[in-house]
Amino acid sequence: MLERILVNGLVTSGTYAVLAVGFSLIFGVAKIFNMAHTALYMITAFLIFVGTNQLGFPYALSAVVSVGATIGFGLICYALLFDRVKVHQTAVMIISLAVAMLGQEILLLTLSGHYRGIAPFVTGSIDILGVAVLYQHLFTVLGCLATLFGLWALLTKTNLGKAIRAVAQDSETANLMGINVSRVCLITMGISAGLAAVAAVVAAPLEPLHPGMWMLPLTMILAAVVLGGLGSIKGSVFGAIILGFAETIVVTAVPGGSFLRGAVSLAAMVLVLIARPEGLFGVVFEEERL
Amino acid sequence: MIDYIRWVYQWFKGEILAIPGRVIAVVFFTFLLLLPLITTSPSTLRFLIMACIFAIFAASWDLLAVTGQVSLGHALFFGSAGYTAALINIHFGLPAWITIPLGGLSAVVVGLLAGIPALRLRGFYLSLVTLAYPVILTGIIFVFPDFFGGEMGLIGISRLSGSRVGDYYTVVLIMAFSGFIMWKLSDAGSKVLRTGVVFHAIREDEIAARNSGINTVRYKLMAYAFSGFFGGVAGGLYIHFIRIAGPSSLEVFFSVQALLWAVFGGMGTIYGAIVGVFILFPLTEYLRIYEWGEALRFVIVSLVLIFILLFMPEGISVWVLDKIEIRCRRCKVVNIATRRNCRTCRAPLRLEREK
Repeated sequence: MLERILVNGLVTSGTYAVLAVGFSLIFGVAKIFNMAHTALYMITAFLIFVGTNQLGFPYALSAVVSVGATIGFGLICYALLFDRVKVHQTAVMIISLAVAMLGQEILLLTLSGHYRGIAPFVTGSIDILGVAVLYQHLFTVLGCLATLFGLWALLTKTNLGKAIRAVAQDSETANLMGINVSRVCLITMGISAGLAAVAAVVAAPLEPLHPGMWMLPLTMILAAVVLGGLGSIKGSVFGAIILGFAETIVVTAVPGGSFLRGAVSLAAMVLVLIARPEGLFGVVFEEERL
Repeated sequence: MIDYIRWVYQWFKGEILAIPGRVIAVVFFTFLLLLPLITTSPSTLRFLIMACIFAIFAASWDLLAVTGQVSLGHALFFGSAGYTAALINIHFGLPAWITIPLGGLSAVVVGLLAGIPALRLRGFYLSLVTLAYPVILTGIIFVFPDFFGGEMGLIGISRLSGSRVGDYYTVVLIMAFSGFIMWKLSDAGSKVLRTGVVFHAIREDEIAARNSGINTVRYKLMAYAFSGFFGGVAGGLYIHFIRIAGPSSLEVFFSVQALLWAVFGGMGTIYGAIVGVFILFPLTEYLRIYEWGEALRFVIVSLVLIFILLFMPEGISVWVLDKIEIRCRRCKVVNIATRRNCRTCRAPLRLEREK
């Protein structure tokens, strides 16, 4: 039981962490509340499915192509839709939601609503301290860790990362310092879409694929991002880990727990936010406190 | 008597006929009231009843949004009032005209319980906490399937009234009445109620409102209570109309739909929410008639949403009113856009140079 919880919890929270970080990044930099974020994840997963199961390409090739296609799609959405109505935050929210619905309906029309699965990228299992761990699980966890580490290196060690952080902190001053804010926002959208796509690459073989699969992860990553504190990357990772483990423990340990999987995690989020309204790692300026 | 009629006529001419937005509203409600004279087909009435119920629901979401609190879990009020009304109706056998207000009051209690923790939160933190409430309530409902009916819901609820036309008039009148009250509550220009201007002040700048001596906590809770009550009335009407109270009324997507309708119509205006429902809901339902529409309707609806909001990001009703109405700069009276001079103070409405 305990090892099940540990392995599944790591897999779930790793996927949520990569998704939540992408959401948090574009929200922090461009102030876009992208409800279509998990729809990008779903689109990548289905593109991989089409590539491997219907066209017969190897997994790696179809994964690379799908990641590229998803990033392109994300950039097109940003340039044509979100960027134009950026000042009206609720309008951006609704437009991104409509994009997600559009993606769901197009998948429903072209591939129908059956549950589908992708064959695991790697088969077999390994013994770690007497626990048999599937290679696929290991691949997912390591892939998530590598992605998060890569993002951390990008944000802290490169000039682009410095520019992204500067825009997130204060876009007007960043503009005055000679940073091309709109280009940085565009690049950030690309990175964010890329993170959603990578999450699908590492986790898609573990999930049943269907056109409604974007809804539950969306709720969970929203909760994770808010739990950790909006705009804090570190916070999003911790929020995702907390919610991922809470969900796994409820599903595996409580009888009939799959009904409660959303409820318990979200109740945990509500309790944390009541105790600490700015989230675990969020920053509140003194004058904004009420 | 003649004087009285003349007074009513003058009032009607000055307050309704001179303002295009109000003319549209009056024509629309007259049309709704006269519709059963033209057709009494059950399917048309059924779908208008649903539209009216959803209009109350979306408008109650908008009432909360006027104070700047974007709720992502408005189905909480709808669903909890629906379950309360259904349980009272089934266990005590009380008729609909008692259970619906009781359901609304239970939603007020739920709204205050939900609102008190939310007072510390703002912006997206608040939205996310409100998103969590209905999900938690759904979890509770699934844990006690014997009492709440589990996934199938509660059945055996009595009818709203004897006939379909009776249902229709009940719902239309309640919609018109509650829509009017909500509009008055949120109307910043009202001379009778203070709430509207305070709600707008809280949305614009909560700290400034506090510094001006407004008890923002009281007004925010008041917004929760009113919003909860009307959302609850919509929930009660809904379960008495479809006669089943199930967990689908608590779904995340249903909460999001309130936001979708209200933002499409024009956020923070109340009438915008009603306009949004009466455009988007018929669009979704009428597409079902055609064979191609059944499959494509959500594609079409999402495309409509994307394109309308891309060009009218403040909502369709705000955009239209901006085209047909113009506010006098000097005396702030609303005029029809074709006029050159203000109808009360004669000041020029536009500031172009005379040729």
